[in-house]
Amino acid sequence: MAVWDAREQLLTGFGITLRLTLVAAVAALVLGTVLGAMRVSPIPPLRWLGTAYVELVRNTPLTLVFFFMVFVAPRLDIILEFRTSAYIALSVYTAAFVCEAVRSGINSVSTGQAEAARAVGMTFGQNLRLVVLPQAMRSVIPTLVNIFVALTKNSSVAAGFFVGELFGLGRTLAIRNPAEGVAMLCGVAVLYLIITIPSGVLAERLERKVAIAR
Amino acid sequence: MRRSKLMSVVAGVGLALTLAACGGDGDGGDSVAEVEETEFDAGTTMARLQEEGSITIGTKFDQPLFGLKAPSGDPEGFDVEMGKLIAAKLGIAPGDIEWVETVSENRETYIEDGRVDLVIATYTINDERKQLVDFAGPYFNAGQMIMVLEGSDVESVEDLEARGGSVCTARGSTPQQNIEENYPGITVEAAAAYGDCLEPLRNNQVDAVTTDNVILSGYVDQNDGEFKLVGDPFTEEPYGIGLKKGDDEFRNFINDVIEESYENGEWEAAWEKTAGTVLDLPEEFPTVDRY
Repeated sequence: MAVWDAREQLLTGFGITLRLTLVAAVAALVLGTVLGAMRVSPIPPLRWLGTAYVELVRNTPLTLVFFFMVFVAPRLDIILEFRTSAYIALSVYTAAFVCEAVRSGINSVSTGQAEAARAVGMTFGQNLRLVVLPQAMRSVIPTLVNIFVALTKNSSVAAGFFVGELFGLGRTLAIRNPAEGVAMLCGVAVLYLIITIPSGVLAERLERKVAIAR
Repeated sequence: MRRSKLMSVVAGVGLALTLAACGGDGDGGDSVAEVEETEFDAGTTMARLQEEGSITIGTKFDQPLFGLKAPSGDPEGFDVEMGKLIAAKLGIAPGDIEWVETVSENRETYIEDGRVDLVIATYTINDERKQLVDFAGPYFNAGQMIMVLEGSDVESVEDLEARGGSVCTARGSTPQQNIEENYPGITVEAAAAYGDCLEPLRNNQVDAVTTDNVILSGYVDQNDGEFKLVGDPFTEEPYGIGLKKGDDEFRNFINDVIEESYENGEWEAAWEKTAGTVLDLPEEFPTVDRY
C-alpha cells in the first residue's frame, strides 16, 4: 500500500510539523505573555503598542503573514531561510491569540489579589509575576490548548511557502500517486490527530490538577 | 533580436486579424480553425457536445504562452488555441467554450467528476495518470530545462548539481520528481505554483527554477532581460489532452483533429500565434499515441 511505502517521507513531514509547532508554541507563549502584560501595564505607550500588535496581527490572515515574511521581507533586504520565515510567521501570528488569552486570564483574577499585593509594597512587575500571572495562567490553560491545537493545524499553511512539512509532503505524495491520493491525505490527517488529540487529553489532566491546587 | 521578436509579434497579430476576418466571429477570441458542422453518431460525446453547443475545457490560467488569463477575462495561449481548434470541429464557436482553471492537483478529479469535458493544461502524459484518465495526443513535446538569473554563471543542470545548488519548482510536479531522482545533489524547494518561484530566484534564495522549457520561456518573455534558460532540455514531456477514462470514441476523434491540424497548417498557425512568438517551431510534430 502506497501510504505504508511512503511512511518514511510522511514521518519526516511529521517531524517538521512537530518542530514547527513546538518552536512556535514556545515563542508565542513567551511573546504573547509579554504582550498580555503590556496590555494591562500602567504605562500608556506600552498598552497602545500591545493593543496595536494584537489588532493588527489577529485580524490578518495567516497566509498574508507568511506572504509578508517570504515574499515582501526579501525586498527590504531581510532574507531568511524558508523554514526560519515559517517559525517567525507562526510565532508572530499565534502570539496575538496567546496575548488575548493571557489578558482575559489576568482580568479574571479578582482585583483584591492585585490590591493586596500592592498593599504589601510589591512593584507592578512583582505583582504580575508572583501574584496575578500564576493565577491567571491556571484559568487560561484550556484556551491555551485550543490555541496550540489551532497552531498545529495552522502550520500546514507553511506548505504553500516552501516548507515541506506534513501537509506539503502529503500533498506531494498524493499528486504522485493519484490512485491513492485520498488514502495518503487520510494518513496525513491521522498524523495530525496524533499531535492534537493527546494535547487535548493532557490539557484536561492539567486542568484537573491545577483546579485541586486552587 | 528585439527586432525579430517584434516582427514575429506583428506577424502573429496580422495573422490573427486575417483569421478573424475570415472566421467572422469576434466573441471569446479568435480561432485559427473555422467552425464546422459535422454529423456525429448519436450517443457519442461529440454528438452531445454539438447538441449542447458548448464545451467546458480546463486549462491553466497562470502559464504565459500556453494558458494565461488575459485582462479581458479570456485565457490565451497554445493550449487554449488547441481547445478552440477541437471545439471548432464540434461546431462550437470560441465564445461558447467555458474555460475552467485547472491546476496540477485537481486535473484528474475534474475529469473524473465531469466538471470539465477536456483538460488541456500543459498536462504531461504518464502511466499513473493513465490509470485515472485517458489522454489524446501528445500534441506537443516539451522538455525540462533550468532558468537562472541573467547574470548567473550556472551553465547547465549538471553544473548546478556539481555546485550543490538549489532549484525551485511546483510541489508534486513531474519536474520535481525528475530532479529528485536524477540530480540528487540539487536541493529542491517546492512552491505552491511555478509563478511563486520567480521572487525567490530574484532574491537569490534559490539558484534556479525548473520546469518545462515552454513555461520557462514565458517567464523569460514576460520579465525582459531578467532571466535566461541554460543548458539543453534533459527530459521529454509529452503533453496530452485529458479526458474521461474509457471514452475511446472521443479520444479517437481528438487524435484525428490533432493529426489533421498537423497537415492542414492549423497547428502551426496556433503555434505561431502563441508560443511561437518566443520558441522555435519544433522540428517535427509529435506522433499521436493511439493506445
